[in-house]
Amino acid sequence: MSSLKMPKVDSSILSKKDKILSDIEKIIDPKNVLSHTDEIRPYETDALAAYKQAPLLVVLPETVKEVSEILKYCNDNKIKVVPRGAGTGLSGGSLPLEDCILLAMGKFNKILELDYENRCVVTQPCVTNLAITQAVQDKGFYYAPDPSSQIACSIGGNVAENSGGVHSLKYGATTNNLLGIEVVLMDGTITRFGGKAMDAEGYDFLGLMTGSEGLLGVMTEVTVKILRTPEVVKAALIGFPTIEDAGNCVAEIIAQGCIPAGMEIMDKALTKATNDYSKAGYPTDAEGMMIVEFDGTEHEVNAYIEKVKNIAEKNNSSSLKISKSNDERLKFWAGRKAAFPACGVLAPDYMCMDGSIPRGKLAEVLNEITRLSKKYNLPVANAFHAGDGNLHPLIMFDANDPEELKKCEEFGADILKYCVKVGGALTGEHGVGIEKRELMCEAFNDKDIQQQLTIKVALDPNSLLNPGKVYPILRKCAEEGRVHVHGGKTKFPDIPRF
Amino acid sequence: MSMEEKQNSQTFLDFNQSTFNPSTREEIVEIVKDCYKKNIPLEINGTKSKNKIGRNFQSEKTLSLSKFSGIIEYKPEELYIKVKAGTPVKDIVAELDKNNQQLAFEPIDFGFLFKGSSDAGTIGGVVSSNFAGPRRFKVGSARDHLLGFQGVNGKGEIIKSGGTVVKNVTGYDLCKLLSGSFGTLTVLTDLSVKVLPKPDSSKTLIINNPHLKKAIEYLGIALSSSTDPSGGVFYPEKFDNNFTFNDLTHKGALTAIRIEGPLNSVDERIKRLIKELSLLENEFSILESVQTNIFWNKTKNLEVFSNSKSNLLRIVVPVSETLNVIQKLKIFDANYFLDWGGSLIWLELEKINLKTLREIKEIAQEHSGYCTIIKVEEDLKASADIFTIDPIKYKISEKIKKSFDPKRIFNPGKMYSGI
Repeated sequence: MSSLKMPKVDSSILSKKDKILSDIEKIIDPKNVLSHTDEIRPYETDALAAYKQAPLLVVLPETVKEVSEILKYCNDNKIKVVPRGAGTGLSGGSLPLEDCILLAMGKFNKILELDYENRCVVTQPCVTNLAITQAVQDKGFYYAPDPSSQIACSIGGNVAENSGGVHSLKYGATTNNLLGIEVVLMDGTITRFGGKAMDAEGYDFLGLMTGSEGLLGVMTEVTVKILRTPEVVKAALIGFPTIEDAGNCVAEIIAQGCIPAGMEIMDKALTKATNDYSKAGYPTDAEGMMIVEFDGTEHEVNAYIEKVKNIAEKNNSSSLKISKSNDERLKFWAGRKAAFPACGVLAPDYMCMDGSIPRGKLAEVLNEITRLSKKYNLPVANAFHAGDGNLHPLIMFDANDPEELKKCEEFGADILKYCVKVGGALTGEHGVGIEKRELMCEAFNDKDIQQQLTIKVALDPNSLLNPGKVYPILRKCAEEGRVHVHGGKTKFPDIPRF
Repeated sequence: MSMEEKQNSQTFLDFNQSTFNPSTREEIVEIVKDCYKKNIPLEINGTKSKNKIGRNFQSEKTLSLSKFSGIIEYKPEELYIKVKAGTPVKDIVAELDKNNQQLAFEPIDFGFLFKGSSDAGTIGGVVSSNFAGPRRFKVGSARDHLLGFQGVNGKGEIIKSGGTVVKNVTGYDLCKLLSGSFGTLTVLTDLSVKVLPKPDSSKTLIINNPHLKKAIEYLGIALSSSTDPSGGVFYPEKFDNNFTFNDLTHKGALTAIRIEGPLNSVDERIKRLIKELSLLENEFSILESVQTNIFWNKTKNLEVFSNSKSNLLRIVVPVSETLNVIQKLKIFDANYFLDWGGSLIWLELEKINLKTLREIKEIAQEHSGYCTIIKVEEDLKASADIFTIDPIKYKISEKIKKSFDPKRIFNPGKMYSGI
């Protein structure tokens, strides 16, 4: 599955490798420039491990001035640059190009300021998401967006992808929790968007940069808001005899004015697989299983849990358990968070999709997925961030069978197209990257895409920063790969996902 | 286009008129295409409730979206409403009210400030100006609630971004870029806006205290506590005649903190807050739901400045800087009140000149913030910087403007000279 068309390799750059190396070594400490094949290998892919490409050089700057000088040098000499944070992205956003300099931001790994008075943290971009919460939790604060890979993913990567997490229904995604960034543009310009004062005047460049997948600038500093840790968190584990009942329950919870902190649904296949894997005590006979979590004060949480209990019963729930302790609550989540490895037991390979749909379309979309599963003769298990409509089907297949791989890719593309058809989106939180690039024309027409490309050209006229990502190179909508995991050979197989 | 729409557009598209009032998207496209071709600058507006905000500029024609109005789709269970950009905010609020939902970012009704009575304007104007009410620190501003849009760029092309689902990272987030762009990039036509349930109940803890320093301290403790407030303001004594409530026991300066949620939880959190702030029995009063709604509507709509002949500035700084900023501003003989838990300063000045304006803007910047001119005497408006921008961001803004509106026909100069 490596038939993906990437930007044309500039052979003049390849032939000037030695000159470029020596020039870069004049800008930054030579020990921070990697050029040997063995040194470069760890950087040749991100978590979309099916695609690999060694870059020309790997450069690890330590200061914003170095980042600026490198970008200016590359801009002047027409050298492509691919920025990279922790490399945990699932859509191939930091896949190198043969003729690029991979700008690895790993040395920007310090938290700069814990500012409790203004309830924010100023940090360098390669600090992990979880490290921010860990730095402030002693004082009773936390950083709200929690992508499941938070133990390893960097905050800069979160900004670049606008990462979500299970709590984004109530607390929003990265963009809603970000106050400011320092950023370097491709021509070397250093500037700041936003800051500790909310809603800066003028065009919202902070919002534009968030989720731009490293195409518009390289972040060198991030300011995020932190929230008070909720006093009480409780979850309910609810089984339903049909997916429709589970879907109706979600709709009614929302309609009755409850906004849970998290609301997840799994289908029977995934409930069984994760329960076998993690012994989470799930109702394995249920066709649909829901975990719904509330946080706040004791009275508040109890009031909402009571409300949900009534709504669930009205919608034919077959079982209902409420967490009595934090340990029990975490046990409810343990299975859900182990969805990836649990599927790994069932099949040699699986591919994880990331579509967004209106909550009310859940049953319809799952029925369509079941129909497609029969059509392609491939099993599928479904996890769903029901609160915010983010669907993660896991298609199981055997990549050693080229026919099955092709079928799986077609199956995946059909699911995403259906998500768009019912009013959803191609990607809820994993980003477009290279993975869903050619499907962009399912969601956007030429004019929409052209407008976005014009913005890109305005800030990076030579299209040198992370080219070949997000926007289609081919003029037709090819159907290409998804997150593909083969026999645990993915990068970071152990970290929790989605 | 339906037959009826076609007929309308045929009768309507008289390019000699100075104000266009299109009622269909196709008409808007045609107007913009024609103006693009002929290089005709357009003033884009709705019901003009906020047209005094921003720089004065000259345009040959006006494109009014006031007839491009109506709710396209409202899905309470999906938490969004899709509307035409010219839809009055009050119509949207009334519709949401039927399902006990709301625009959680509390759009400001600038009617009180500019003409002494309510005029909340259109949703297009609210998004284009991106001024959020008291709930800002908890739920964000309009930019955080715009899920998707369709609009017409400066070449007359229909473009879109986002959608109706909350989680969507497909392509650049143009919803953010267009929020607060004052109609200088794209004529917004259709907007999908996130809606949220109204809280079951809300109460306001009013603390009687005359001291700014103490108020900022109270607000800091409250906003950092697990009582999860959704509003925090300080009104100095000067405004006490504006607040006569049944349950308000004292006159004078006041700090107000709003708590929302299920009734039991609100009571529990108010009690906790009183304890955390170490308040004595005679130091506070509590406003029940009805009074709470009145109080916060007055606050969000700047009603204390209703019909004022004075100038109004909007200063935003990190809350750690507020005290110092207010102290420095004392020499200007201004009135103010604090919103957003202390980081938003609404500053009213009876007399103002260019030098004062510049000095106040500098103070805001020295303290990591900014100062926007909301209302100022007409003769000053021509020469003052309404928004402030540094040369690097000006250059970037120029490029972005060009990428949407290459001939600068949309609200040229409304935000900055040359953009």
